[in-house]
Amino acid sequence: MAKPRTLYDKIWDDHLVHEAEDGTCLLYIDRHLVHEVTSPQAFEGLRLSGRTVRHPERTLAVVDHNVPTTDRSHGIAEEESRIQVETLAKNAKDFGVEYFHERDKRQGIVHVVGPEQGFTLPGTTIVCGDSHTSTHGAFGALAHGIGTSEVEHVLATQTLIQKKAKNMLVDVTGKLARSATAKDIILSIIGEIGTAGGTGSVIEFAGEAIRDLSMEGRMTICNMSIEGGARAGMIAPDQKANDYLHGRPKAPKGEAWDKARAYWNSLHTDEGAHFDRIVKLDAASLPPIVSWGTSPEDVVSVAGSVPNPDDIADEGKRQSKWRALDYMGLKPGQKMTDIELDVIWIGSCTNGRIEDLRNVARIVDGKKIAGNLAYAMIVPGSGLVKEQAEAEGLDKIFKAAGFEWREPGCSMCLGMNPDQLKPGQRCASTSNRNFEGRQGYRGRTHLVSPQMAAAAALAGRFVDIRKS
Amino acid sequence: MEKFETLNGVAAPLNIVNIDTDMIIPKQFLKTIKRTGLGKSLFYEMRYTQDGKELPEFVLNKAAYRKAQILVAGDNFGCGSSREHAPWALLDFGIRCVISTSFADIFYNNCFKNGILPIVVSPENLKKLLDDADRGSNATLTIDLPKQEIRGPDGGTVKFDIDPFRKHCLLNGLDDIGLSLEKSSSIDAFEKKQAAAQPWL
Repeated sequence: MAKPRTLYDKIWDDHLVHEAEDGTCLLYIDRHLVHEVTSPQAFEGLRLSGRTVRHPERTLAVVDHNVPTTDRSHGIAEEESRIQVETLAKNAKDFGVEYFHERDKRQGIVHVVGPEQGFTLPGTTIVCGDSHTSTHGAFGALAHGIGTSEVEHVLATQTLIQKKAKNMLVDVTGKLARSATAKDIILSIIGEIGTAGGTGSVIEFAGEAIRDLSMEGRMTICNMSIEGGARAGMIAPDQKANDYLHGRPKAPKGEAWDKARAYWNSLHTDEGAHFDRIVKLDAASLPPIVSWGTSPEDVVSVAGSVPNPDDIADEGKRQSKWRALDYMGLKPGQKMTDIELDVIWIGSCTNGRIEDLRNVARIVDGKKIAGNLAYAMIVPGSGLVKEQAEAEGLDKIFKAAGFEWREPGCSMCLGMNPDQLKPGQRCASTSNRNFEGRQGYRGRTHLVSPQMAAAAALAGRFVDIRKS
Repeated sequence: MEKFETLNGVAAPLNIVNIDTDMIIPKQFLKTIKRTGLGKSLFYEMRYTQDGKELPEFVLNKAAYRKAQILVAGDNFGCGSSREHAPWALLDFGIRCVISTSFADIFYNNCFKNGILPIVVSPENLKKLLDDADRGSNATLTIDLPKQEIRGPDGGTVKFDIDPFRKHCLLNGLDDIGLSLEKSSSIDAFEKKQAAAQPWL
């Protein structure tokens, strides 16, 4: 009998082009997503060496990082951003790659667009010059971020030089506690394993709580695998994945769909397959989570308080956590629910999908955001998410509550466009990174779920949503 | 890509864990469409005030470390975004080698594409190398890639592991797109096989 294999093993085996004696492999790449920030130097490299894009039809380009979220019908005011966007448009045209420009309603964050278009499919290998490419693993794809040199490599060869990663299983057992979300699951996992906990591994997320999640929730989980240091995160595809993809513009149709589904059904970890590491998490006892520091591993229950770095034995780590508290303007022992906020930001490739917006609308419907906030902003993940939300009247609920309702893009998740925190401003954010300066110079980020961000918007501080 | 064989240079200590790529090169510098010119913006927020004045306490602003070629840093260096601007900024500043107990995957890969050698050492050896790097103008280390060892100012040596293929590429300054294109016939064969087995792709 064949050796039992993990989901990662199966996809790896099905994409192996060449393996050298030392284990260096050439892996075939089925799908390549391209955005404006990490691609200009790659296309320039192709030009300089006289190379072409091997498979333009396996490549999809979209602008997301630089685009303003205000009206962009008159173009992009900021010169450097405009040049980067125009450069992508030109490169896509010159090399024959399909491109969604900033006024196309299909435009959005690359990791929202891929699944939405059915470009993301189970069992495929997917790369993008963007670390959050791990998102696509929610469909049972092997998906990960690459650097610009590798973008050029994939454009030229449709392959990537790789060594096989280790297999890691995160088993999330039980039924997810009320008021806890996919975001709380992944933040808890990162808190548990640390931001280097998954280094060198591909994580498969499994267990009842994962199976119970919608595709949106699964994307939130896989999206932040990178924050746990993993090369990729993945979840075995099931009927929910099929239902999500059926009828999408780039998904297979008719007979091809049936054939594809038959293959997708084989994409699960075999009984008895080997994992190098297994981590278990009980979903039933999960509280809503808030981050307190400047690393996604710095997390605590909303009912908890800021920890004391002096409790850490390692000197380097202790000093780093004191530095984080200093940056965040917090003191050990401070209760999370006592922390007052200045800004609420809802969006990103982690939590900018329709389900996220529906969850926010449910909480803020008929209410007003707190008076102490400078502003609260909602940025849909794509033009199609925006269109759907408006069809459901969610935009009216948000605007009536006092939220700004913006055009799609990465926005303040990383602030490459004008949406940025001011120094000292404290933000409850549904994004994925609370790094120093991430959302704006000296800005302070607390990572939370959309539901926690919505409740925080109404109260002007963090609230334990289990009690409301 | 420039070859990497033996490097003798000043090592700067940066004993912070989880130094992320946003710290190495903040977002406002990602709008470039070039690979060069990022060195002056390396570690921008730690290195300068908001109006662009140097912060004298930051290690790379100190006289002894202004020409550092080696960085000795805390655990999990280079975590976060995939931006290759991080190694480009290090390289443009003049840094050819980073030593830590661990590196984030994508950053680690990106280093090798740019002739930078990332070296993983044990926590004990990191402590020793941080002490060496703390010696100001005497903080000189020799990185010997062929022998896979780091030699300190007191003659102590630390051995390190490196993947043989990556070592070969660094020593010879090889462009791996060229190497992969040599396997074109394997790629063609794979595509034929896949087209038959998975025609929907």
